Amino acid sequence: MIDFAKDVRLWFAPSRLKDEGDTPDYRFSLANERTFLAWIRTALALVGGGFAVDQFLPDLRWGVRVGMAFALLAVGAACALRAVNHWVRCERAMRRHEDLPLSRFPVVLSLGVGLVAVAMVVVVLLGWTSGR
Amino acid sequence: MSGPGTDRDAGLQPERTRLAWRRTTLASSVVAVLALRQALRGSGSSTEVAGAAVIVLIWLVFLWVAHRRIRALATGRPPGLAPRSALAVVGCTVALAVFAMAVIL
Repeated sequence: MIDFAKDVRLWFAPSRLKDEGDTPDYRFSLANERTFLAWIRTALALVGGGFAVDQFLPDLRWGVRVGMAFALLAVGAACALRAVNHWVRCERAMRRHEDLPLSRFPVVLSLGVGLVAVAMVVVVLLGWTSGR
Repeated sequence: MSGPGTDRDAGLQPERTRLAWRRTTLASSVVAVLALRQALRGSGSSTEVAGAAVIVLIWLVFLWVAHRRIRALATGRPPGLAPRSALAVVGCTVALAVFAMAVIL
């Protein structure tokens, strides 16, 4: 938790990031940047999915629809925050010549997305829609 | 093979990064359109217009950050991404999610 607070401070203090170690090959930094952007796109897709569930599935019951939308939006926001945190940690690790940080997040995210997909199948199969 | 004064990376890393920014702005535009659609579903009250204005503002911030970064990447050996830009992009994404939650409720 204290480590996390330190990471958050690094988000806002770019000069402190530059104080760490020495500048890595710029191509490594660019690769790190692209990974960050890929995670941002994942986050945007999840947020867009949240909007889509609310707008394009009006037949779902209110609770199911809002629950699904909120789950997707919350995961999207978490994904974006985690993206910047991971980017900062990778950048720092490269500067210090340490191993890149490992993360449980991809597994958690894939399990979450799989769960939402299965839930949608169940919802459709059981016909939990309000009906037209 | 390379222009004067530039040492072009054979792996085209700056170009790939620039395209990654383009893809990301494209994704953010799609989400912004969905958000606008959500905001302007009703009768067009002043609250709805204000919500739409906020979304357009978020989208413009996103575009501006991406545009600046894309221009910086056009140089032969680009500087690293500024944490402030990374935070701005993340802030826009989270803001869209929060907006969605507020509207849905």
